[in-house]
Amino acid sequence: MNQQCDIVVKYFASLKEKLGRSEDYFTLTRSMTVSDVWAHVNPEIAPPEQLKVAVNLDYVSWDWVVKPGDEVAFFPPVTGG
Amino acid sequence: MISIVQEAFNPWDVMQAYQQQMAVRVRRKLGATSVFVGSMRDFNQDDQVDRMVLEYYPGMTEKQLGMIAAQANEQWSLIDSLIMHRVGEVFPTDVLVLVAVWAEHRADAFEACRFLMEALKAQAPFWKKECVTGQQARWVAENTEGYKRH
Repeated sequence: MNQQCDIVVKYFASLKEKLGRSEDYFTLTRSMTVSDVWAHVNPEIAPPEQLKVAVNLDYVSWDWVVKPGDEVAFFPPVTGG
Repeated sequence: MISIVQEAFNPWDVMQAYQQQMAVRVRRKLGATSVFVGSMRDFNQDDQVDRMVLEYYPGMTEKQLGMIAAQANEQWSLIDSLIMHRVGEVFPTDVLVLVAVWAEHRADAFEACRFLMEALKAQAPFWKKECVTGQQARWVAENTEGYKRH
């Protein structure tokens, strides 16, 4: 299957400020884990320690495989309450 | 009920209004209400904090809070629960979070309220940025441990 679909990548809080943007978009052309997604949109930057990742609003591990149309989010440890 | 709000709120007014809208037959079964209210301090790590900005992840935050509430419902016998969390710009003494649990018996109410609050702190995507007197604004790195270690 060579269906071209957009992936949206979101960043929050200190990570958003560090990267200087809140979102990235790209077209999925091969099978990718969320770890691959990070490397694709931030090729020069190693993911900060303790960085969290979510796909479609749920926490996932770094080896989770994304699908066309997924929303991937990276963010630092949460500090609510 | 899960609620994320931009404006300041009085947790006691919210509690009273929420309980009032419950059906009388439900209210007659309430034997225990447990409440946690978290407010903004004017200090952190020995610094004077003048204000904070609370960011969240619209969609995911509500979903995670909903999952936490569902877990509490599975684990304890509850009549209802309420989680209200403030976002945006906040100032010392402002209420940041309200967690309330209604049950027939106190054990369920106490334990579920603690669980909801600790799970919120660990899982719900909110982030605090502190504006400290005489310094650049800084992001809070992580939450403190909720349960005391013995």
